[in-house]
Amino acid sequence: MDRVILKLENVTRQFGGVTALSGINYSIPEGIIQAIIGPNGAGKTTLFNCISGMLTLTSGKIFFNNSRIDELPAHQIATLGVSRTFQHVALFKNMTVLENVMIGRHTKSKSGFLSCGLRSPFMKREEKEIKERARHFLDYVGLIGEEKVMAGSLPLGKQKILEIARALATEPKLLLLDEPAGGLNTTETEQLGDLIEKIRELGITVLLVEHDMNLVMERSDRVLVLNHGTVLASGTPKDVKNNEKVVEVYLGSMEF
Amino acid sequence: MKGKSNFVLLIFAIAIAIFPVVVGSVQSISHYVDVMVFAGIFALVSMGLSLLMGYAGQISLAQAAFMGIGAYASGILTTHFGWPSSVALVCGMILTGAVAYVIGVPSLKLKGHYLAMATLGFGMIVHIVFNEEVNLTGGPSGLVGIETLGLGNLRLESLYAWYYFVWACVVVFLIFCLNLVKSRIGRAFLAIHADERAAEAMGVSVSAYKVKVFVLSAMMASLAGSLYAHYVEFINPSSFNLMWSIRFVLMVMVGGLQSLWGAVFGTIFLTFLSNEWLQVFSEFEMLIYGVILLIIALFIPRGLVPAIVETIRRRKFAAKS
Repeated sequence: MDRVILKLENVTRQFGGVTALSGINYSIPEGIIQAIIGPNGAGKTTLFNCISGMLTLTSGKIFFNNSRIDELPAHQIATLGVSRTFQHVALFKNMTVLENVMIGRHTKSKSGFLSCGLRSPFMKREEKEIKERARHFLDYVGLIGEEKVMAGSLPLGKQKILEIARALATEPKLLLLDEPAGGLNTTETEQLGDLIEKIRELGITVLLVEHDMNLVMERSDRVLVLNHGTVLASGTPKDVKNNEKVVEVYLGSMEF
Repeated sequence: MKGKSNFVLLIFAIAIAIFPVVVGSVQSISHYVDVMVFAGIFALVSMGLSLLMGYAGQISLAQAAFMGIGAYASGILTTHFGWPSSVALVCGMILTGAVAYVIGVPSLKLKGHYLAMATLGFGMIVHIVFNEEVNLTGGPSGLVGIETLGLGNLRLESLYAWYYFVWACVVVFLIFCLNLVKSRIGRAFLAIHADERAAEAMGVSVSAYKVKVFVLSAMMASLAGSLYAHYVEFINPSSFNLMWSIRFVLMVMVGGLQSLWGAVFGTIFLTFLSNEWLQVFSEFEMLIYGVILLIIALFIPRGLVPAIVETIRRRKFAAKS
C-alpha cells in the first residue's frame, strides 16, 4: 500500500498564456483506485495526457516506479506499463473487437517485418499467443462472443468497455481511465464500477477521471480534486465530500 | 479461412502460369504477354503503395521517383561501371531505401495533403536530377543499351522468361505482404491509420512504423524500377514523372486501397487500359482516368476487388438461406 507508483513533482503545463496545470505535487501509492475530479477545464485530461506522454511538460517531473518518464515518447511509456483510455472513445474502428485487443499485445510481442512477412514458426507461435491472451481479456471484461464485430458498430457502452480491455491487454501497472462512465446508463455504470474494482484486484493501480460522483465516491480509495490546474484538496472520498472548498467550487449542494 | 486464402493464391498462380500459353496461341492478342510483364512490374510498386496508403494511411506521390532511382541505379551501374545486373539491382534497392529513410523521417511527420505535397516535391526534384545530370543519366534523351537481367550464366533472354520471372516476384511479394498485414505489424499499420494517439498509447511507435513502411514501399518500387530498366533496356526521365506517381495511386484506389489483391488487379486493369484499350484516346487518357477516379470515389470507395468479393459473398449467403 505504501509503495509509490506515480509521483508528480511540480508538474506544470501551459498552452500559450493559459496555465492548464500549475505546479502539481502529488504521489499515488500502488494498488489503489485514485479518482481525479474537478470542474471542466480543471486540467484533468491535460494531466492524463502529460502522464501518458501525449503532452510534454512545461516544467516539473513525473516519476513512474521511481524512474522519470516525462521526457519519454508515449509508446515507451506504454511499454513501461502505463495504459489509458480516452475521454472520446478512440477505438480502431476499422478493425474487429478481437483485433483491437490484439493491438494491446503489441508491446508484449516482438516479431519483426521479416518474421511476419515469412510467417516464421516463432511468429506463428507468438500470433497464437496474442490471440489467446486477447480472448482472455475480452472474457475478463465480458465481451467474449463479439470478437468478429467491427469495433465501430458496437454500442457506446460496449465500446467503452472494449477500450478498457484493449488497455488491459498491455498488462499495465497503472491504468488511466478518462471518464469511462461518460454516456453510460446507471446499470452500465454499476457494472463498470465492479469492473474497476476487479481490475484493482489484479494489482493494477487505477487513475480515474470521472464526473459521475456516485461512481467516484463509492469505488475510489482516494480522491484528488483539481481546480484551475492546482490541487484544491485530496484525501479519502469522505474527506473530500466534507471539504468546504470542494463543496463550494465543484460539488455544490449535491446530495450523496 | 487460412485454407481458403491459400486456395485463392493457388488459383491465382495457376492462372498466371497458363496465361501466356492461352494468350500466346491467339495471334491478335499474343502481345498481351508483354503488357502483363509491365503490369507485373507496376504491381510491385502498387503493392508497396497499398501497404503505405491503404493500411498505414500515409499518402505518397513519390513512388515513381523511387522506381526511377532503382531504374537509374541499375542502368548507370551496369552501363557506366560494368557491374553485374543482379548486384546493381540490390544496390539500387539499398540506395532507394536509404533515400526513402532520409526523406521519410522529416516528411512523415506531416499529415494528409501536406505529406502529399512533400512527397510530390521530392518526386519533382528527383525528376529534375534525372533530366539534368546528363553525364550520368543521359538527360532527357535517356539511357540506352542497358542489358537484360542476369545472374552468372542465367540470363532472361525471352519474353516468356521475363514474364515468369516478373510474376514470380509479384507472387512472392504478394505472399510476403499478405502475411505482413495479417500480423502484429499489419495491425499496427491499421491502428496508425485509424488513430495515431491511440496507437501510441498501445505502445506502437507510430513514427518508426511509418518510416519503415515508407522504406519498404520505396524498396519495392526500386526493385520494379530495376526490372523495368533491364526489361525495356532503355530508360528516360518521363517514365518516372509525377504522372506515373499519380497513376500508381490510381491503380491502388481502383483495385481497393486496403486490399493487396486490389492493388494487383487494379494495376493489371489500368495497365491494359492505358496500353491497349484506351490507345485511341491517347491525349484524353488523363481525362478518362479522372472520370474513373471520380466514379470509384463516389460509388465504390473501397475499390473494385473488395466490392466484387462482397457481392459474391452476399449472393452465396442469399443462396444458402
